[in-house]
Amino acid sequence: MPVIFSYLFRRLAILLVSIVVAAAILFVLLRLLPGDPANALVSVGADPEQIEAARRQVGSDLPLSEQFFRFIFSLARFDLGASFVSHTPVLPEIGKRLTVTVPLTLMAFVLAIAIALPLGIVAAVKSNRWYGSLISVVSQLGIAVPVFWIGILLVTVFAVNLRLFPSGGFPPRGWARPDAAFDALVLPVITIAIVMSASLIRYVRSATQDVLGSDYLRTARALGASFPEALIRHGIRNASVPVISILGMELASTLLGAVVVERVFSLPGLGSMLLLGIEQRDYPNVQGVLFISTLLVLFLGFFADLAQRLIDPRLRDRSGGVAR
Amino acid sequence: MSDTVTIIASTSGRKRRSLTFTIGAFLVGLHIIVGLMTLIWTPFDPGAMSGERLEAASLLHLAGTDRLGRDLFSLIMIGSRIALIVGTGAIVIGGLIGITIGLLAAFASKTLDDVLAAGLDILIAFPTLLLAMLIVASSDGSSLWTAIFAIGIANSAIVARLTRILAKRVLSMDYITASRISGTSWMGVVAIHILPNIWPTLLVNLALQFGLAVIAEASLSYLGLGAPPPNASWGRLLQEAQGTVYTAPLGAIAPGIALVSLVIGINLLADGLRDLADPTRRSRK
Repeated sequence: MPVIFSYLFRRLAILLVSIVVAAAILFVLLRLLPGDPANALVSVGADPEQIEAARRQVGSDLPLSEQFFRFIFSLARFDLGASFVSHTPVLPEIGKRLTVTVPLTLMAFVLAIAIALPLGIVAAVKSNRWYGSLISVVSQLGIAVPVFWIGILLVTVFAVNLRLFPSGGFPPRGWARPDAAFDALVLPVITIAIVMSASLIRYVRSATQDVLGSDYLRTARALGASFPEALIRHGIRNASVPVISILGMELASTLLGAVVVERVFSLPGLGSMLLLGIEQRDYPNVQGVLFISTLLVLFLGFFADLAQRLIDPRLRDRSGGVAR
Repeated sequence: MSDTVTIIASTSGRKRRSLTFTIGAFLVGLHIIVGLMTLIWTPFDPGAMSGERLEAASLLHLAGTDRLGRDLFSLIMIGSRIALIVGTGAIVIGGLIGITIGLLAAFASKTLDDVLAAGLDILIAFPTLLLAMLIVASSDGSSLWTAIFAIGIANSAIVARLTRILAKRVLSMDYITASRISGTSWMGVVAIHILPNIWPTLLVNLALQFGLAVIAEASLSYLGLGAPPPNASWGRLLQEAQGTVYTAPLGAIAPGIALVSLVIGINLLADGLRDLADPTRRSRK
């Protein structure tokens, strides 16, 4: 048991360092954006005094090092400032946006797992049958398709031709009307789930294949377990170890990748906030969205690593070092 | 008995693999031919209004016209050229930077290696698209080259990590020690032992990165961060067609088919390359 704690501390330390490093990267990237952030505050043709005042207001007249420490400390206090454009505080706005992005991502994630787990296992176990190969081929096709095109195709079929679901938008009062909100998310969820399950199927399939060729499965069969029994008792637990770390990464990239799907379906989520922020040079918004989503991603990675340790005793007992 | 089974299985497996290679080569070849052709000829001037707005497909306009009356088929053909430039540019940039950093990390001291590896992990945790979006946004005006550069940079982290792992594996071999003892310089070791040993895997990975780069650029263009027509990529065409999907659905479908056919072609080619480059895989199963 102490081993897992020492691992936990090491992993927590790595998490903290990653957050600081990510914040530093964010700082550098944002300073690379052309133009002074103060320009967003003043109108075109403002006189130098007004510009100077605006620079003082946003703090871009300070030396870089001081800007950096202010930046880090304000992040540590979760003070993300207010938008230059709408003057609304960033953090509550992100919270509001997350009520769209988080349900979207989670539902898509669950649906993708529900599709990919059975199909991936079938593709591995029945690789000699036509349907096994079919699953593999289709999932191969799936990773070649950009997510926004699937979205457009779904809109064409289900919104334009069949008129089953709205082609985009989100009810202005959000989840106050759950049915309308849910309807608005159906096509986006399916879009993400299709793309996500295509790559998941491949991981599940190869993890299952590794298990199928293993000695312990053969031993279990030799000891009299039926094939499904052996697969469920020994196979799934072993195969889930690599799949879980992939799941963590997939969930993270879906969360950040939602920007494209949100644009396809004009959803007012985190991604569209980021995109709008970039277009309007609204630094506090861009910075806030990126910081919060990076935090989410790093935490997801942390929990995925922890879950892996808990499932696989071989990883758990290995002292020290982080598995690469 | 079991031997016969293996032999039959392996020949049928090889046939299927050479089939994937052939299909892949065909699709990619098609796009290369079309892309080169657009340098001297397209059915219509891609910038000119050559027909009515949003015409349906006809023998004259194979994919119809867009909302400005431009021939969509010509625009899609040019899209092939753009996509090939994007993919090639991105893997050249990603490959050069990635392989250099990866080799450096493999040779570096333990501390530097750890720092580099952790840095790469963080960079990889950022999706390519997001990183590319930031780089494109941080440069003035969105041109094709900014997008290529951005995607190349984003991909270099993945290439670097792979190179590092592969190179370290080779470096731990006894023949490296032997080679060093016999007086080969580190540069010599890289040229004689490491690169020849790791290029097959790297090449396959770069081929996959090519496809991902094409998709990433299309996504950037779709978000409005790419070059405008007539030198637009398929992503931009799809974005413009989405607004008119009620009246002209073909415009929202045809560029996507072109894109998917190229990416699938590249992926199949990569699979085929993997089997050709790695004799141990060739005989397995």
